Amino acid sequence: MAEPLFTSEEQKTFDAGIAEIISHYPPDRKSAGMLPALRLLQEIKGWLPPDGLRLVAKHLEVTPERAMEVASFYVMYHLKKPGKYVIDVCTNLSCSLWGAEKMLAYLEQKLGLKAGEANEKFTLRETECLASCGTAPCLQINEDHHESLTQAKLDAILAKLS
Amino acid sequence: MASTAKTIEPIISAAWGKPQSWTLDSYRKRGGYEALKKTLQMEPAAIIDEVKKSNLRGRGGAGFPTGLKWSFVPKDSPKPKYLAVNGDESEPGTFKDRYILEDDPHMMLEGIAIAAYALGVHTCYVYLRGEFKFPAERTQAAIDEAYKAGIFGKTVLGKDFELNCYLVRGAGAYICGEETALLESLEGKKGWPRLKPPFPAVVGLFGCPTVVNNVETLASVPAVFQQGADAYAKLGTDKSGGTRLVCLSGTVNRPGVYEVSMFTTLAELIYDDKYGRGMPAGRKVKAVIPGGSSAPVLGVDELDVAMEFEALKVKQTMAGSGGVIVMDDATCMVRSLWRVARFYAEESCGQCTPCREGTPWQTRLLRKIEEGRGEPGDIDMLSNVASSIAPYPPIGLGNTICALGDAAALPTHSFLMRFRDEFEAHIREHRCPFGDKPWGSFGDWS
Repeated sequence: MAEPLFTSEEQKTFDAGIAEIISHYPPDRKSAGMLPALRLLQEIKGWLPPDGLRLVAKHLEVTPERAMEVASFYVMYHLKKPGKYVIDVCTNLSCSLWGAEKMLAYLEQKLGLKAGEANEKFTLRETECLASCGTAPCLQINEDHHESLTQAKLDAILAKLS
Repeated sequence: MASTAKTIEPIISAAWGKPQSWTLDSYRKRGGYEALKKTLQMEPAAIIDEVKKSNLRGRGGAGFPTGLKWSFVPKDSPKPKYLAVNGDESEPGTFKDRYILEDDPHMMLEGIAIAAYALGVHTCYVYLRGEFKFPAERTQAAIDEAYKAGIFGKTVLGKDFELNCYLVRGAGAYICGEETALLESLEGKKGWPRLKPPFPAVVGLFGCPTVVNNVETLASVPAVFQQGADAYAKLGTDKSGGTRLVCLSGTVNRPGVYEVSMFTTLAELIYDDKYGRGMPAGRKVKAVIPGGSSAPVLGVDELDVAMEFEALKVKQTMAGSGGVIVMDDATCMVRSLWRVARFYAEESCGQCTPCREGTPWQTRLLRKIEEGRGEPGDIDMLSNVASSIAPYPPIGLGNTICALGDAAALPTHSFLMRFRDEFEAHIREHRCPFGDKPWGSFGDWS
C-alpha cells in the first residue's frame, strides 16, 4: 500500500492552512490560492510531490495539470526533492562587482557540486537578483538571506549547517 | 567630499534603523495613521484630487502619476474593486522596497487604507516577491497589528468601511512585477502579462477594476496628507512631487538606500559624504546605470543630471526603479552586459517570440564575445537582435506584450552606443582585455 502523503500532524497543518488560504478569495475564485497553497505544501513536505499537487488541485477545484503548469513556472517550487539546504547564489551585476562569481566558484569547489547540481545535503544554484545589491555579495540558504559575504563569513555559515 | 547636495527632511526613511520602527506603537508615536483619520473625513474624490495635486508619481519604474491612475477607476462599476500592492522588487540594482517592508511597514499600510477608501476598495492584496521571507514576516506582523487595532477589518478606525488586506508571496519570477503578470499570479496562474488595453484600472484582478501601486508609492501617500498636497509637490520638480528613494550599489565606498531630493544629481549621490562617499582608492567611475538594470547606461561625463524622471529622460535613459549601479574603470563592460542580459533571458516568460528567442540569443552572443570567440559581425548581430526585441530610441515601443522586452534591449543598445570600443577590442584581441579580473579586485573574494 502506498505511504500516505501526510502524517496526522502534517494533515492538520495542511487542512487549516488551505482553509485559511481559500478564505482570502471570492468563493468562485478558489483557484487564486494556487501560489500560497503550493508554498504551504512545500513548507510541509520540503518539495511538491505529485500526490501533493493533485491534492492542492482538488482543493482549489482545478485540474492537476493546472497545478503543475503553475508549479513549473516559478523557480522557488521544487518539483524534485532538493538537498537539505538549497543555496541560491546571486551573480547579477551588483553582486558580481563585489566578487560573486568567485564566491560561486569557491562554493562549487568546497561543496563538490556545480551550479545546478544537488546531493542529499546541498542544492547549489546560480540565481538572479535577490534585492541585496547594497549588501553584495549575497546568497540565500533555504530562503534566509546572507549578505555582505566574505570568504570567512561564508565558511562560518557553512560550518553551522549540519 | 564635503556635502553640497540639497538637504531634505526624510519622509519615507525617517524611522529606519530606530528601535522597533516596524511596530504600530512606534508608528503611532510618530504621528502614524493621523493622515488616515484626516482622509476618512474627506470625500473620496477629494482625496484623489489631493494626490493628483501632490504630483506623486509611481515609484515602481514607469513613473506614472498616481492620482491620475486612481482617477481611471470607474466610479459606477457594479463589480468589486481591488488594490494590488506591487512588492515584487526584483530588478538588479533595486532594493528599496524591502527596507520599507522591514523597517516601516505601517507607513505602506496607512497608504493602502487611504487609497482603498478613496477608491472604494474593500480587498487589498500585498504581493511580495517570494524571496522576501523576512520582509514578509514583518509585513504580516504589521497587518495583524492593524487588524487588531481596527485599522483593517469590518470598519476602518470606526468608519463604516470594510477593508481586508492579505499578503501573498510570489515564488521567484521577475516578470510578476509587471502589473498584469502580477494580477495573473494573484489569480493563481503563471505570470504571463496581459495585452493592454484594457488597463487594470478597468479590467484587472478577477476581471474587476484594480489599481496596482508599488510599495514606495503607497508608503508616500500618508505624507501627502500630513504635509498637504501643495507642500509635498513643492519638495520635488514641477512634474514630480516629493522625495524619492534611490538604491546605490556597485563599486562605491558606501552602497545603500538613500532618500534624496529630486534635484540630487548622480554625481552627488556617488561622491557626496551623505551618500556614496566616492570611489574606492585608485578607482574612477566608468559607467552608471541610473534606474535599475533596464535603464540605459550613462558614461562618466553624464553624471551631472538630477535623478528624476524628466531630467533622465532628456539623457535618453530613465529614473525607473531608482536602482543606481556604479561600475568603475576596472570593470569589463562586455561581462557587465552579459550579466544583465542573462537576467532578462532567465526571466522572460516566453510568451512573445522576440523576447523568448532574442534574450537568450543576446546572452549567447555576449558570452561568445566575452570569452574571446567573437567574430567581426557579432556586434552588428547583437544590435540587430536587440532591435528586433525593441528598437532604440524611443524607449517603450518594443515588439512585445510587456516592457520586459524593452528592458532586455535597452541595456544592449546603450552599452553598444557608449562602450562599443570595448566590444571591438574583445573581438580584435580574441580575449577579454581585463583577463581574469573583469570586475577588478573589489570585495573580499579576489
